[in-house]
Amino acid sequence: MTSAAGLPWVQRVKETPVGEVPIVRTRLELRDRLQNFLVRLGINRERYAVPPGLYGIGDPDADSPVLVTSNYKLTLDALRKELAAVTCWLLVLDTHGINVWCAAGKRTFSTTEIVGRLEATRLEALVRHRTLVLPQLGASGVAAHLVHKTTGFRVVYGPVRARDIPAFFHNKMKKDRDMRTVRFPLRDRLVLIPLELVLALLVLVAGFLLVAAADWILHGILDFGTAFRDFVPFLGAVLAGCVLVPVLLPLIPVRSFALKGLIVGILLAALIEWAYSPSLVDGIATTVLILSTSSLFALFFTGSTTFTSVSGVRREVRIAFPVLIPLLVASILVGLISKLVALHHIS
Amino acid sequence: MKMRYLRNTVSLSIDRESCIGCEMCIAVCPHDVFLMEAKKVTIIDRDACMECGACARNCPVDAIRVESGTGGVIPVLEEMMKKGKAD
Ligand code: SF4
Ligand code: SF4
Repeated sequence: MTSAAGLPWVQRVKETPVGEVPIVRTRLELRDRLQNFLVRLGINRERYAVPPGLYGIGDPDADSPVLVTSNYKLTLDALRKELAAVTCWLLVLDTHGINVWCAAGKRTFSTTEIVGRLEATRLEALVRHRTLVLPQLGASGVAAHLVHKTTGFRVVYGPVRARDIPAFFHNKMKKDRDMRTVRFPLRDRLVLIPLELVLALLVLVAGFLLVAAADWILHGILDFGTAFRDFVPFLGAVLAGCVLVPVLLPLIPVRSFALKGLIVGILLAALIEWAYSPSLVDGIATTVLILSTSSLFALFFTGSTTFTSVSGVRREVRIAFPVLIPLLVASILVGLISKLVALHHIS
Repeated sequence: MKMRYLRNTVSLSIDRESCIGCEMCIAVCPHDVFLMEAKKVTIIDRDACMECGACARNCPVDAIRVESGTGGVIPVLEEMMKKGKAD
Protein backbone atom coordinates (compact mmCIF):
# COMPACT_ATOMS: atom_id res chain seq x y z
CA MET A 1 0.00 0.00 0.00
CA THR A 2 3.01 2.31 0.06
CA SER A 3 2.93 2.54 -3.72
CA ALA A 4 1.35 5.96 -3.15
CA ALA A 5 4.38 7.20 -1.18
CA GLY A 6 6.19 8.57 -4.22
CA LEU A 7 3.25 10.61 -5.50
CA PRO A 8 3.83 14.37 -5.68
CA TRP A 9 0.78 15.19 -3.56
CA VAL A 10 1.97 12.94 -0.74
CA GLN A 11 3.85 14.94 1.86
CA ARG A 12 5.40 12.18 3.94
CA VAL A 13 4.81 8.66 5.19
CA LYS A 14 3.61 7.89 8.69
CA GLU A 15 4.48 4.72 10.61
CA THR A 16 1.35 3.17 12.14
CA PRO A 17 0.34 -0.16 13.71
CA VAL A 18 -1.07 -1.20 10.32
CA GLY A 19 1.98 -0.17 8.30
CA GLU A 20 3.09 2.96 6.51
CA VAL A 21 0.33 5.45 5.68
CA PRO A 22 0.91 8.31 3.23
CA ILE A 23 0.05 11.77 4.58
CA VAL A 24 -1.32 13.99 1.81
CA ARG A 25 -0.72 17.67 1.23
CA THR A 26 -3.65 20.01 1.77
CA ARG A 27 -2.44 22.59 -0.70
CA LEU A 28 -2.94 22.00 -4.39
CA GLU A 29 0.16 22.68 -6.38
CA LEU A 30 0.38 24.17 -9.82
CA ARG A 31 0.84 20.68 -11.24
CA ASP A 32 -2.45 19.51 -9.62
CA ARG A 33 -4.35 22.52 -10.89
CA LEU A 34 -3.00 22.13 -14.41
CA GLN A 35 -3.85 18.43 -14.51
CA ASN A 36 -7.33 19.09 -13.13
CA PHE A 37 -7.91 21.68 -15.81
CA LEU A 38 -6.94 19.22 -18.54
CA VAL A 39 -9.20 16.57 -17.05
CA ARG A 40 -12.12 18.99 -17.05
CA LEU A 41 -11.52 19.58 -20.73
CA GLY A 42 -11.73 15.84 -21.28
CA ILE A 43 -8.04 15.38 -22.01
CA ASN A 44 -6.06 12.80 -20.07
CA ARG A 45 -9.22 11.47 -18.44
CA GLU A 46 -8.15 7.85 -18.15
CA ARG A 47 -5.21 8.16 -15.82
CA TYR A 48 -7.00 10.05 -13.13
CA ALA A 49 -7.36 7.42 -10.48
CA VAL A 50 -5.30 7.40 -7.28
CA PRO A 51 -4.29 4.14 -5.54
CA PRO A 52 -7.10 3.07 -3.16
CA GLY A 53 -6.29 2.52 0.51
CA LEU A 54 -5.55 4.45 3.63
CA TYR A 55 -4.21 8.03 3.72
CA GLY A 56 -3.87 10.67 6.39
CA ILE A 57 -4.22 14.42 6.75
CA GLY A 58 -2.22 16.30 9.38
CA ASP A 59 -0.95 14.07 12.18
CA PRO A 60 -3.83 11.64 12.79
CA ASP A 61 -3.94 9.18 15.69
CA ALA A 62 -6.17 6.40 17.00
CA ASP A 63 -8.96 8.84 17.83
CA SER A 64 -8.98 10.79 14.57
CA PRO A 65 -12.12 10.55 12.43
CA VAL A 66 -12.15 8.43 9.27
CA LEU A 67 -13.50 9.94 6.06
CA VAL A 68 -14.39 7.65 3.18
CA THR A 69 -14.07 8.81 -0.42
CA SER A 70 -13.59 7.69 -4.03
CA ASN A 71 -10.30 7.31 -5.84
CA TYR A 72 -11.04 9.93 -8.48
CA LYS A 73 -8.17 12.42 -8.23
CA LEU A 74 -10.46 15.45 -8.62
CA THR A 75 -12.57 14.25 -5.69
CA LEU A 76 -9.51 13.67 -3.53
CA ASP A 77 -8.16 17.11 -4.48
CA ALA A 78 -11.45 18.81 -3.64
CA LEU A 79 -11.42 17.00 -0.31
CA ARG A 80 -7.83 17.56 0.84
CA LYS A 81 -8.00 21.21 -0.18
CA GLU A 82 -10.85 21.75 2.31
CA LEU A 83 -9.35 19.70 5.11
CA ALA A 84 -6.25 21.75 5.98
CA ALA A 85 -7.63 22.27 9.50
CA VAL A 86 -9.09 18.76 9.92
CA THR A 87 -6.80 16.01 11.18
CA CYS A 88 -8.21 12.72 9.94
CA TRP A 89 -7.75 9.44 8.12
CA LEU A 90 -8.97 9.02 4.56
CA LEU A 91 -10.23 5.64 3.42
CA VAL A 92 -10.04 5.79 -0.37
CA LEU A 93 -12.25 3.21 -2.07
CA ASP A 94 -11.54 1.71 -5.47
CA THR A 95 -14.22 3.34 -7.62
CA HIS A 96 -12.15 2.98 -10.80
CA GLY A 97 -11.31 6.67 -10.81
CA ILE A 98 -14.96 7.75 -10.86
CA ASN A 99 -16.47 10.40 -8.55
CA VAL A 100 -18.56 9.44 -5.53
CA TRP A 101 -21.98 10.22 -7.00
CA CYS A 102 -21.49 8.33 -10.29
CA ALA A 103 -19.67 5.50 -8.53
CA ALA A 104 -22.58 5.08 -6.11
CA GLY A 105 -24.89 4.81 -9.12
CA LYS A 106 -22.60 2.22 -10.70
CA ARG A 107 -22.28 0.39 -7.35
CA THR A 108 -18.50 0.67 -7.14
CA PHE A 109 -18.91 3.02 -4.18
CA SER A 110 -20.72 0.28 -2.32
CA THR A 111 -21.25 -1.68 0.87
CA THR A 112 -19.10 -4.51 -0.53
CA GLU A 113 -16.22 -2.20 -1.44
CA ILE A 114 -16.26 -0.59 2.01
CA VAL A 115 -16.30 -3.94 3.78
CA GLY A 116 -13.43 -5.21 1.61
CA ARG A 117 -11.38 -2.03 1.99
CA LEU A 118 -11.82 -2.10 5.78
CA GLU A 119 -10.42 -5.64 5.83
CA ALA A 120 -7.55 -4.84 3.47
CA THR A 121 -6.43 -1.79 5.44
CA ARG A 122 -7.07 -3.33 8.90
CA LEU A 123 -8.62 -0.04 9.96
CA GLU A 124 -9.99 -1.64 13.11
CA ALA A 125 -6.41 -2.00 14.38
CA LEU A 126 -5.61 1.63 13.59
CA VAL A 127 -8.46 3.54 15.24
CA ARG A 128 -10.12 3.10 18.62
CA HIS A 129 -13.54 4.40 17.58
CA ARG A 130 -15.96 2.65 15.22
CA THR A 131 -17.32 5.46 13.06
CA LEU A 132 -16.97 6.09 9.32
CA VAL A 133 -17.92 9.42 7.79
CA LEU A 134 -19.20 8.96 4.24
CA PRO A 135 -20.02 11.63 1.70
CA GLN A 136 -23.80 11.94 1.53
CA LEU A 137 -23.79 11.52 -2.23
CA GLY A 138 -22.38 8.03 -1.77
CA ALA A 139 -25.55 6.95 0.06
CA SER A 140 -27.33 5.60 -3.01
CA GLY A 141 -24.61 2.90 -3.26
CA VAL A 142 -24.23 2.02 0.41
CA ALA A 143 -26.52 0.54 3.05
CA ALA A 144 -25.32 2.03 6.33
CA HIS A 145 -27.01 -0.61 8.49
CA LEU A 146 -25.38 -3.45 6.51
CA VAL A 147 -21.91 -1.92 6.89
CA HIS A 148 -22.57 -1.71 10.62
CA LYS A 149 -23.82 -5.28 10.85
CA THR A 150 -20.87 -6.72 8.90
CA THR A 151 -17.97 -4.65 10.24
CA GLY A 152 -19.10 -3.02 13.49
CA PHE A 153 -18.40 0.40 12.00
CA ARG A 154 -21.25 2.88 12.26
CA VAL A 155 -21.80 4.98 9.13
CA VAL A 156 -22.47 8.71 9.43
CA TYR A 157 -23.32 10.56 6.23
CA GLY A 158 -21.45 13.85 6.04
CA PRO A 159 -22.33 16.92 4.04
CA VAL A 160 -22.81 16.96 0.26
CA ARG A 161 -20.02 19.48 -0.32
CA ALA A 162 -16.44 19.02 0.90
CA ARG A 163 -16.22 22.64 1.95
CA ASP A 164 -18.85 22.04 4.65
CA ILE A 165 -16.83 19.28 6.34
CA PRO A 166 -14.99 21.51 8.85
CA ALA A 167 -18.32 23.03 9.94
CA PHE A 168 -19.83 19.53 10.10
CA PHE A 169 -17.17 18.37 12.57
CA HIS A 170 -17.44 21.60 14.48
CA ASN A 171 -21.16 20.97 14.78
CA LYS A 172 -20.66 17.51 16.43
CA MET A 173 -21.32 15.77 13.13
CA LYS A 174 -24.78 17.22 12.66
CA LYS A 175 -25.93 18.54 9.31
CA ASP A 176 -28.26 21.43 8.70
CA ARG A 177 -30.62 21.52 5.74
CA ASP A 178 -28.15 23.45 3.65
CA MET A 179 -25.37 20.88 4.14
CA ARG A 180 -27.50 18.01 2.88
CA THR A 181 -29.19 19.72 -0.04
CA VAL A 182 -28.07 19.46 -3.64
CA ARG A 183 -28.78 22.50 -5.71
CA PHE A 184 -28.14 23.18 -9.37
CA PRO A 185 -26.93 26.78 -9.61
CA LEU A 186 -25.98 28.52 -12.84
CA ARG A 187 -22.29 27.87 -12.15
CA ASP A 188 -22.81 24.10 -12.05
CA ARG A 189 -24.96 24.22 -15.18
CA LEU A 190 -22.39 26.26 -17.08
CA VAL A 191 -19.68 23.71 -16.28
CA LEU A 192 -21.76 21.01 -18.00
CA ILE A 193 -22.32 22.90 -21.23
CA PRO A 194 -18.93 22.14 -22.88
CA LEU A 195 -19.60 18.43 -22.43
CA GLU A 196 -23.06 18.76 -23.99
CA LEU A 197 -21.52 20.66 -26.88
CA VAL A 198 -18.83 18.07 -27.51
CA LEU A 199 -21.58 15.48 -27.90
CA ALA A 200 -23.62 17.84 -30.08
CA LEU A 201 -20.59 18.60 -32.22
CA LEU A 202 -20.78 15.20 -33.90
CA VAL A 203 -24.41 15.81 -34.81
CA LEU A 204 -23.55 19.31 -36.01
CA VAL A 205 -20.70 18.17 -38.25
CA ALA A 206 -22.87 15.41 -39.69
CA GLY A 207 -25.69 17.93 -40.20
CA PHE A 208 -23.44 20.43 -41.94
CA LEU A 209 -21.97 17.80 -44.28
CA LEU A 210 -25.49 16.68 -45.12
CA VAL A 211 -26.54 20.23 -45.94
CA ALA A 212 -23.38 20.83 -47.97
CA ALA A 213 -23.90 17.57 -49.86
CA ALA A 214 -27.54 18.45 -50.56
CA ASP A 215 -26.52 21.88 -51.87
CA TRP A 216 -23.87 20.28 -54.00
CA ILE A 217 -26.27 17.80 -55.54
CA LEU A 218 -28.87 20.52 -56.15
CA HIS A 219 -26.62 23.27 -57.45
CA GLY A 220 -23.81 21.20 -58.89
CA ILE A 221 -21.18 23.21 -57.04
CA LEU A 222 -19.80 22.78 -53.58
CA ASP A 223 -20.50 26.15 -52.01
CA PHE A 224 -19.79 26.23 -48.29
CA GLY A 225 -21.16 29.77 -47.92
CA THR A 226 -24.66 28.75 -49.04
CA ALA A 227 -24.40 25.52 -47.14
CA PHE A 228 -23.60 27.42 -43.97
CA ARG A 229 -26.51 29.78 -44.51
CA ASP A 230 -28.85 26.80 -44.87
CA PHE A 231 -27.27 25.23 -41.84
CA VAL A 232 -27.67 28.20 -39.45
CA PRO A 233 -31.23 27.36 -38.29
CA PHE A 234 -30.14 23.85 -37.28
CA LEU A 235 -27.03 25.18 -35.58
CA GLY A 236 -29.16 27.68 -33.69
CA ALA A 237 -31.58 24.96 -32.62
CA VAL A 238 -28.78 22.76 -31.27
CA LEU A 239 -27.31 25.70 -29.36
CA ALA A 240 -30.77 26.56 -28.03
CA GLY A 241 -31.18 23.06 -26.64
CA CYS A 242 -27.61 22.63 -25.40
CA VAL A 243 -26.78 26.12 -24.14
CA LEU A 244 -29.87 28.29 -23.71
CA VAL A 245 -32.00 25.67 -21.97
CA PRO A 246 -29.33 24.82 -19.35
CA VAL A 247 -28.60 28.52 -18.75
CA LEU A 248 -32.24 29.61 -18.47
CA LEU A 249 -33.39 26.33 -16.85
CA PRO A 250 -35.29 27.56 -13.78
CA LEU A 251 -36.58 30.63 -15.61
CA ILE A 252 -38.47 28.71 -18.30
CA PRO A 253 -41.89 28.34 -16.70
CA VAL A 254 -42.61 24.67 -17.49
CA ARG A 255 -41.26 21.52 -15.86
CA SER A 256 -40.96 19.23 -18.88
CA PHE A 257 -37.57 19.51 -20.58
CA ALA A 258 -39.05 18.79 -24.00
CA LEU A 259 -41.37 21.76 -23.48
CA LYS A 260 -38.52 23.92 -22.20
CA GLY A 261 -36.70 23.19 -25.46
CA LEU A 262 -39.85 23.91 -27.42
CA ILE A 263 -40.30 27.32 -25.81
CA VAL A 264 -36.73 28.39 -26.44
CA GLY A 265 -37.10 26.96 -29.96
CA ILE A 266 -40.16 29.10 -30.66
CA LEU A 267 -38.22 32.25 -29.77
CA LEU A 268 -35.33 31.17 -31.96
CA ALA A 269 -37.62 30.24 -34.85
CA ALA A 270 -39.26 33.68 -34.72
CA LEU A 271 -35.82 35.26 -34.90
CA ILE A 272 -34.72 33.12 -37.84
CA GLU A 273 -37.96 33.72 -39.77
CA TRP A 274 -37.48 37.42 -39.25
CA ALA A 275 -33.86 37.33 -40.40
CA TYR A 276 -34.36 35.01 -43.39
CA SER A 277 -37.99 35.78 -44.38
CA PRO A 278 -38.24 32.50 -46.31
CA SER A 279 -41.10 31.22 -48.47
CA LEU A 280 -44.11 29.73 -46.67
CA VAL A 281 -43.12 26.08 -47.17
CA ASP A 282 -39.49 26.74 -46.32
CA GLY A 283 -40.56 28.75 -43.29
CA ILE A 284 -42.73 25.95 -41.94
CA ALA A 285 -40.05 23.33 -42.59
CA THR A 286 -37.41 25.47 -40.86
CA THR A 287 -39.65 26.18 -37.88
CA VAL A 288 -40.48 22.51 -37.39
CA LEU A 289 -36.79 21.63 -37.72
CA ILE A 290 -35.84 24.18 -35.07
CA LEU A 291 -38.60 23.20 -32.66
CA SER A 292 -37.98 19.47 -32.84
CA THR A 293 -34.18 19.82 -32.65
CA SER A 294 -34.10 22.18 -29.71
CA SER A 295 -36.72 20.13 -27.89
CA LEU A 296 -34.71 16.91 -28.40
CA PHE A 297 -31.46 18.44 -27.22
CA ALA A 298 -33.14 19.97 -24.18
CA LEU A 299 -34.48 16.52 -23.34
CA PHE A 300 -30.95 15.14 -23.51
CA PHE A 301 -29.90 17.58 -20.78
CA THR A 302 -32.00 15.59 -18.25
CA GLY A 303 -29.01 13.21 -18.14
CA SER A 304 -26.84 15.93 -16.57
CA THR A 305 -29.12 17.54 -14.03
CA THR A 306 -29.22 16.90 -10.29
CA PHE A 307 -32.98 16.75 -9.91
CA THR A 308 -34.64 14.80 -12.74
CA SER A 309 -36.02 11.33 -12.03
CA VAL A 310 -35.84 8.27 -14.27
CA SER A 311 -39.62 7.91 -14.19
CA GLY A 312 -39.89 11.46 -15.47
CA VAL A 313 -37.39 10.97 -18.28
CA ARG A 314 -39.11 7.74 -19.26
CA ARG A 315 -42.42 9.54 -19.47
CA GLU A 316 -40.98 12.39 -21.52
CA VAL A 317 -39.21 10.06 -23.93
CA ARG A 318 -42.35 7.99 -24.37
CA ILE A 319 -44.43 11.06 -25.22
CA ALA A 320 -41.90 13.24 -27.04
CA PHE A 321 -39.91 10.83 -29.21
CA PRO A 322 -42.82 9.48 -31.30
CA VAL A 323 -43.72 13.10 -32.10
CA LEU A 324 -40.33 14.77 -32.43
CA ILE A 325 -38.47 12.20 -34.53
CA PRO A 326 -41.07 12.04 -37.37
CA LEU A 327 -41.35 15.85 -37.32
CA LEU A 328 -37.58 16.20 -37.56
CA VAL A 329 -37.33 13.79 -40.47
CA ALA A 330 -40.33 15.35 -42.22
CA SER A 331 -38.94 18.87 -41.86
CA ILE A 332 -35.64 17.82 -43.41
CA LEU A 333 -37.40 16.10 -46.33
CA VAL A 334 -39.75 19.04 -46.95
CA GLY A 335 -36.81 21.44 -46.83
CA LEU A 336 -34.97 19.40 -49.45
CA ILE A 337 -38.02 19.03 -51.70
CA SER A 338 -38.83 22.72 -51.55
CA LYS A 339 -35.27 23.46 -52.59
CA LEU A 340 -35.58 21.07 -55.53
CA VAL A 341 -38.83 22.69 -56.62
CA ALA A 342 -37.33 26.17 -56.38
CA LEU A 343 -34.41 25.00 -58.50
CA HIS A 344 -36.75 23.74 -61.23
CA HIS A 345 -38.56 27.06 -61.29
CA ILE A 346 -35.32 28.90 -61.88
CA SER A 347 -34.04 26.59 -64.62
CA MET B 1 -34.46 28.39 -6.31
CA LYS B 2 -35.56 24.79 -5.77
CA MET B 3 -36.13 23.02 -9.05
CA ARG B 4 -38.66 20.26 -9.47
CA TYR B 5 -39.26 17.90 -12.35
CA LEU B 6 -42.61 16.60 -13.67
CA ARG B 7 -45.62 16.62 -11.37
CA ASN B 8 -46.81 13.33 -9.79
CA THR B 9 -44.40 11.13 -11.68
CA VAL B 10 -41.91 9.65 -9.24
CA SER B 11 -42.31 6.15 -7.87
CA LEU B 12 -41.52 7.01 -4.23
CA SER B 13 -43.71 5.56 -1.49
CA ILE B 14 -43.34 4.97 2.23
CA ASP B 15 -44.92 2.55 4.64
CA ARG B 16 -45.51 4.71 7.70
CA GLU B 17 -46.55 1.68 9.74
CA SER B 18 -43.07 0.13 9.76
CA CYS B 19 -41.08 3.40 10.02
CA ILE B 20 -39.10 3.54 13.26
CA GLY B 21 -38.20 7.22 12.95
CA CYS B 22 -34.43 6.77 12.71
CA GLU B 23 -34.18 9.75 10.32
CA MET B 24 -31.65 7.99 8.10
CA CYS B 25 -33.72 8.86 5.01
CA ILE B 26 -33.68 12.53 5.98
CA ALA B 27 -29.88 12.43 6.38
CA VAL B 28 -29.29 11.00 2.90
CA CYS B 29 -31.96 12.77 0.82
CA PRO B 30 -30.38 15.53 -1.29
CA HIS B 31 -33.73 17.20 -2.01
CA ASP B 32 -35.45 17.49 1.34
CA VAL B 33 -38.30 15.21 0.40
CA PHE B 34 -39.05 13.97 3.94
CA LEU B 35 -40.13 15.46 7.22
CA MET B 36 -40.54 13.95 10.70
CA GLU B 37 -44.13 14.01 11.84
CA ALA B 38 -45.24 12.36 15.05
CA LYS B 39 -42.02 10.28 15.32
CA LYS B 40 -42.46 8.89 11.82
CA VAL B 41 -41.34 10.15 8.47
CA THR B 42 -43.65 11.57 5.86
CA ILE B 43 -43.20 12.70 2.25
CA ILE B 44 -43.60 16.45 1.95
CA ASP B 45 -42.10 17.21 -1.46
CA ARG B 46 -42.59 14.25 -3.77
CA ASP B 47 -42.00 16.18 -6.99
CA ALA B 48 -38.49 17.10 -5.81
CA CYS B 49 -37.43 13.44 -5.60
CA MET B 50 -34.87 12.43 -8.22
CA GLU B 51 -35.20 8.68 -7.52
CA CYS B 52 -31.58 8.30 -6.47
CA GLY B 53 -32.60 5.45 -4.17
CA ALA B 54 -30.43 6.55 -1.24
CA CYS B 55 -33.34 6.62 1.21
CA ALA B 56 -34.65 3.15 0.35
CA ARG B 57 -31.15 1.61 0.45
CA ASN B 58 -30.43 3.06 3.88
CA CYS B 59 -33.75 2.43 5.56
CA PRO B 60 -33.03 -0.26 8.17
CA VAL B 61 -36.60 -1.55 8.16
CA ASP B 62 -37.17 -1.42 4.41
CA ALA B 63 -40.07 1.01 4.72
CA ILE B 64 -39.33 2.98 1.55
CA ARG B 65 -39.99 1.93 -2.03
CA VAL B 66 -38.55 3.81 -4.97
CA GLU B 67 -37.69 2.60 -8.42
CA SER B 68 -34.25 4.10 -8.92
CA GLY B 69 -32.24 3.98 -12.10
CA THR B 70 -29.93 5.88 -14.40
CA GLY B 71 -31.59 9.02 -15.69
CA GLY B 72 -30.94 10.57 -19.06
CA VAL B 73 -32.32 9.86 -22.50
CA ILE B 74 -29.73 7.33 -23.68
CA PRO B 75 -30.07 4.91 -20.73
CA VAL B 76 -33.86 5.18 -20.95
CA LEU B 77 -33.83 4.45 -24.70
CA GLU B 78 -31.49 1.49 -24.16
CA GLU B 79 -33.77 0.15 -21.46
CA MET B 80 -36.82 0.55 -23.74
CA MET B 81 -35.08 -1.28 -26.57
CA LYS B 82 -34.11 -4.12 -24.25
CA LYS B 83 -37.70 -4.38 -23.09
CA GLY B 84 -38.90 -4.25 -26.70
CA LYS B 85 -36.66 -7.18 -27.57
CA ALA B 86 -37.77 -9.15 -24.55
CA ASP B 87 -41.45 -8.83 -25.50
S1 SF4 C 1 -34.89 8.62 -3.87
FE1 SF4 C 1 -33.29 10.13 -3.38
S2 SF4 C 1 -34.26 12.11 -3.86
FE2 SF4 C 1 -35.91 10.62 -3.73
S3 SF4 C 1 -36.60 10.74 -1.64
FE3 SF4 C 1 -35.10 9.09 -1.69
S4 SF4 C 1 -33.19 10.07 -1.17
FE4 SF4 C 1 -34.61 11.74 -1.68
S1 SF4 D 1 -35.02 5.42 7.21
FE1 SF4 D 1 -36.85 4.15 7.28
S2 SF4 D 1 -37.21 3.81 9.44
FE2 SF4 D 1 -35.74 5.48 9.32
S3 SF4 D 1 -37.02 7.31 9.41
FE3 SF4 D 1 -36.74 6.85 7.23
S4 SF4 D 1 -38.50 5.54 6.70
FE4 SF4 D 1 -38.38 5.62 8.93
